[in-house]
Amino acid sequence: MPGADGFNRRSFLALGGGIAALAVAGCGSNTGRSDGGGGGGESSGGGKPALSQWYHQYGEAGTQQAVQRYAKEYPDATVTVQWSPGDYDKKTAAALLTDGGPDVFEYGNGPTIDMIKGGQVADLTDLLGDAKNDFTPSLLARVTYQGKLYAIPQATDMQLLVYRKSLLQQAGVQPPTTVDELIAAAKKLTTDKVKGLFVGNDGGVGILGGPALWSAGLDYLTEDGRFGFDDPAAAESLRKLRELFTSQSLLLGAPTDWSDPSAFTQGLTAMQFTGLWTFPQLQKALPDDFGVLPWPKLNASTGAPSVPVGAYGASVSTKSKNVDAAKKFVQWMWVDQTDKQLDWAQSYGFHIPARKSLAAKADKLKAGPAADAVKFVNENGRAQTPLLWTPKSGTAYSDALSRIIKNGSDPATEIKAVKAVVEAELQRIAG
Amino acid sequence: MPALVARLRGRYDRNLWFAIFVGPFVLGLLVFVYVPIVWSVVLSFFDARNTVTPTDFVGLANYLDMLRDSAFRSSLLTFVVFALFIVPTTFVASLGLALLVNRTRFARTFFRSVFFLPTACSYVVASLIWKLSIFNGVRFGLANTVLGWFGVEPIAWLSVTQPPWYWLVIVSARMWLQAGFYMILFLAGLQRIAPSLYEAAAIDGATGWKVLRYITLPQLRATSTAVLLLLLINAFQAFDEFYNLLSSSGQYPPYARPPLVYLYYAALGQGQDFGHGSAGAVLLTLLIALVALVQGRFLGLGRRED
Repeated sequence: MPGADGFNRRSFLALGGGIAALAVAGCGSNTGRSDGGGGGGESSGGGKPALSQWYHQYGEAGTQQAVQRYAKEYPDATVTVQWSPGDYDKKTAAALLTDGGPDVFEYGNGPTIDMIKGGQVADLTDLLGDAKNDFTPSLLARVTYQGKLYAIPQATDMQLLVYRKSLLQQAGVQPPTTVDELIAAAKKLTTDKVKGLFVGNDGGVGILGGPALWSAGLDYLTEDGRFGFDDPAAAESLRKLRELFTSQSLLLGAPTDWSDPSAFTQGLTAMQFTGLWTFPQLQKALPDDFGVLPWPKLNASTGAPSVPVGAYGASVSTKSKNVDAAKKFVQWMWVDQTDKQLDWAQSYGFHIPARKSLAAKADKLKAGPAADAVKFVNENGRAQTPLLWTPKSGTAYSDALSRIIKNGSDPATEIKAVKAVVEAELQRIAG
Repeated sequence: MPALVARLRGRYDRNLWFAIFVGPFVLGLLVFVYVPIVWSVVLSFFDARNTVTPTDFVGLANYLDMLRDSAFRSSLLTFVVFALFIVPTTFVASLGLALLVNRTRFARTFFRSVFFLPTACSYVVASLIWKLSIFNGVRFGLANTVLGWFGVEPIAWLSVTQPPWYWLVIVSARMWLQAGFYMILFLAGLQRIAPSLYEAAAIDGATGWKVLRYITLPQLRATSTAVLLLLLINAFQAFDEFYNLLSSSGQYPPYARPPLVYLYYAALGQGQDFGHGSAGAVLLTLLIALVALVQGRFLGLGRRED
């Protein structure tokens, strides 16, 4: 049947061409913004502006439905939520370069310094109004550059040390208050089945950079914006991380990482540095058997205990066709609608509201380990990284940490190398 | 005018059909490959942070920065060492597999499929299996369970650098994924060797290694060249398994960091530093071109054979 044969081939080719055309047409249309727009982003009926709002994928059930509900309730614009699994930071940063990016988006600890300096995010200073004094000051400071506010903190996240009360009791160990006590406790708690401490599969490279500095009474940068830890105490503190790594009491290579409670709840480790967001699972798995601590100070005479604190911040892209409408929406959602903010922080996962008046209303935070965690945030909270700590500085520091912790490199030499990179970055930003 | 149109369409509308069939793909190639390449070269001469339409021309400063950047240089070194190791090992492994499979009389198709199947597996999935179940650091990981039978303490494969066990994980994952594919190429080559050559060799009294050395390997020359080139290119493009095995909490350790991973973090991460990223990419391209040229010279790539 030559005729049928020819027809098949032709229809196959037509199909192929069609698919190729579809693929080309499909690119760039998925902006998360509804198609109502046309030129000015105005929808055809009613004249309500169309806005797209981007979130990263929160793990807790119900969060996506919640943000969609909030968006729907906004009367003055049609807001479409795009919920992004995967590498949200990179995706958003790339999208902000184009017209297909979001109007409103959240970013971990607010936009980066280069987004601000590149004019990619709008000035939100006038949105706060009287509510300004109600927001946690350290969170606002983190998203403020040269007196201008570039994001509105949504909800506070924090990291802290959790420990199994029963295991500590069995081993006769008191909750540690200095790094030396922590190392001793980890050793004592280690058995052939359970390791003493879990600070991530990389031995703490990823999450202990900040706490190690704060525990030595130092910080990434000084208050006047210079390199903050060219100091023997920092070298000493980083050497302690190496000691921990080689002590055989650290859990390494667990199937899940520090941000997941499984290693702790499944009894692979007696203590773990993790996030507040794990509390619902911890309370379910180990009710009344876990306590919390800040990362301890270096020793009796040096430094202070600390917990890293961060917040996703809502920002407005200057590429938006409706910057004013986007700003109004952000103001409505993250300043005016306090009941929604409380719902967001409390009803799904476990976050601390970014505003003092709401934190006081949060019932889940009033007792037990959660109440301790709130206390740590208020007394020992430190911004995860400063705004001027650029990704390049971050890479230099984490490379140094990795070499110190895993290879046993000399901390003082490594700190000097980091200092050179950081000072060049600071100069670039200032220039 | 109609004459011109007719001429443009060519005899039997040949030109028209050429345009219809080739056009979309040329367009795609242009838009998604050539324009980005040229754009990236342009970006490499600008201070392009968080923008792809920069205005601040900096000349060769980005290139100098990248060459001075010890992290970038060490990533280039990592990649050369990795290529030097993985290319010969995979070559030998897949050739060995091909020779074995080619000789079996029993269930040949079965063995061929079994060794080829991993090729169909995604690098990401394989990396996760390697990281989470085979080479995890706890007592119940597969590798550690086996070691446990011999009384060896569990090893945190991907967390320690002394000794660098992570190379074992990376290399074994890549071997598992790739060896089968190259085995198929070698099998095809083996089947093209005329049996009369072996018969003649047998009459001359050649056996075992001699047959391999003087008949099989020379006859496989064309296949070997192709396999070597493909292996090298693959080693240059190393990204997936490195990234998925070693990155954690948004960071990548300073060891076993191939240049693509480094540039990914610099240009596409929170950094969004397209100037330096592009400069690094151009340097990398130059290096690959250089290696390919040298290899072509030695192996006679593209030379007419037989």
